[in-house]
Amino acid sequence: MSGLMKVSSNPHIRSKSSTSSIMLAVVIALLPAAGFGIYNFGTDALILILVTVLSTVLTEYIFEKILGKKTTIGDYSAIVTGMLLAMNLPPSAPWWIGMIGGIFAILVVKMLFGGLGQNFMNPALGARCFLLISFTSIMTNFECDAYTGATPLANLKNGEHVDVLNMVIGRTAGTIGETSMIAIVIGACFLILLGVIDLRIPGSYIVSFVIFISIFGGRGFDFAYISAHLAGGGLMLGAFFMATDYVTRPITIKGQYVYGVLLGVLTGIFRIFGASAEGVSYAIILGNLLVPLIEKATLPKAFGKGGAKA
Amino acid sequence: MNSVKERLLNGLIKENPTFVLMLGMCPTLAVTTSAINGLGMGLTTMVVLALSNTFISLLRNIIPGKVRIPAFIVVIASFVTMVELLLEGFIPTLYDALGIYIPLIVVNCIILGRAESFASKNPVLVSLFDGIGMGLGFSFALTCIGAVRELIGAGTLFGISILPDSYIPCTIFIMAPGAFFVLAALTAIQNKVKIAGEKKGKDMSKIQSGCGNDCLNCSDTACTKRFYDEKAQNPESKKINGEEDETNA
Repeated sequence: MSGLMKVSSNPHIRSKSSTSSIMLAVVIALLPAAGFGIYNFGTDALILILVTVLSTVLTEYIFEKILGKKTTIGDYSAIVTGMLLAMNLPPSAPWWIGMIGGIFAILVVKMLFGGLGQNFMNPALGARCFLLISFTSIMTNFECDAYTGATPLANLKNGEHVDVLNMVIGRTAGTIGETSMIAIVIGACFLILLGVIDLRIPGSYIVSFVIFISIFGGRGFDFAYISAHLAGGGLMLGAFFMATDYVTRPITIKGQYVYGVLLGVLTGIFRIFGASAEGVSYAIILGNLLVPLIEKATLPKAFGKGGAKA
Repeated sequence: MNSVKERLLNGLIKENPTFVLMLGMCPTLAVTTSAINGLGMGLTTMVVLALSNTFISLLRNIIPGKVRIPAFIVVIASFVTMVELLLEGFIPTLYDALGIYIPLIVVNCIILGRAESFASKNPVLVSLFDGIGMGLGFSFALTCIGAVRELIGAGTLFGISILPDSYIPCTIFIMAPGAFFVLAALTAIQNKVKIAGEKKGKDMSKIQSGCGNDCLNCSDTACTKRFYDEKAQNPESKKINGEEDETNA
């Protein structure tokens, strides 16, 4: 019998990509933003990124050792979580913030729910919101050696003038990895070219956000205002790197558009009507929680079911 | 006297309302922002529980079965009102801290649960101590949760600064999510102790987990603690009834 006649159950076509190769691609894609953060904020940012990544990886390793489970740090997912979390920390944060956040992200949000693939919420964002609620003053203090004063988004909310060009390049105050739109988009392009992510979620997220801002932002379709909103805060980082997380996004294609639009609207609501200037983290974790419902509502019909009745 | 001691231990450890039965979660999660609040809530509930158990046990032969729940609630609500007025008069700080959760003791499922499953079927003295035992267990659990939350979330214990000034409080622990974290962690530790004990061959049946008190629908035939099943207290009738049940099924 030739190989063509072999009978087997699906899947019949296997891709060479694996969890570790995808996660490695995400790590590489995050490097431009991380590099710019280190360039922008100095060695404090470097130390914070290293501590956070180390704590996520060590937490996962120690947890699995204690429970006698298979060690999964080789799939790089803990490194991705650590890097994403560090990107979301202000550069002035002390090192132990990164450590606590890393432990919380892996231990509580990821491992206690069963590890990679089982977590209902993006671990990095879960940890960021945990830190934001616990240590509000540290997490919202964006003053550091390079910059004093508020983030551009806070200025924008207060109606002050912001320099959009600096925001696009990233020469502003903010969290380590969110400031430079260019660096994030370079990483995102790399991921899109590799086919790791597609534009469904980021595209619908950004488009719906722009529409929401145009309607409710109070300035109509003001190009400078909208581009400042797009370049400011964690929108780009969130849309390309965190909303597209394989574990916490909907599987169905229709569901991904619904999810993206939901995130755009939520981010808009939080930014325009909320108390704080930023709302990407909360929007995405709220979206994460609704993913099971979205998937249920957008479940495609099985072949042969539904359709016109004969 | 043995049954009195047994009831106290039952409420404190074996069927701890919070960690084992998972009853009364609303006050458990809501008021345990500090150890003193947890203790206050626990003791308030204990007083109501002991009094309502006593009186429901006294009235158990008078209350008609069909209207027993409204009757229980009238008794419980009377005691809650008394306790509420006493607290407002004598410990106003605790009254303010507990707020809406004092009137809500009326619908605390521990109290109604004990009335329904224990006090309405047992003599007065045992019912009183069942109430005290359950109340102590509830107080103990709430104080533990409150102490952990207060220590991490504010760096104090019973209002006294414990941790050095350089400690930055992790505020989330005195907010709503912290209650869930601490309750889950403490319950997990209790289960861990139980499982580790079983592995060493110790008899851990004294610390139950997840017993719903629903002996009629319980599949655990090895369970020797069929306390609320009146038939269980009379072995002979239990046998007969058990056979009848099987034939009916």
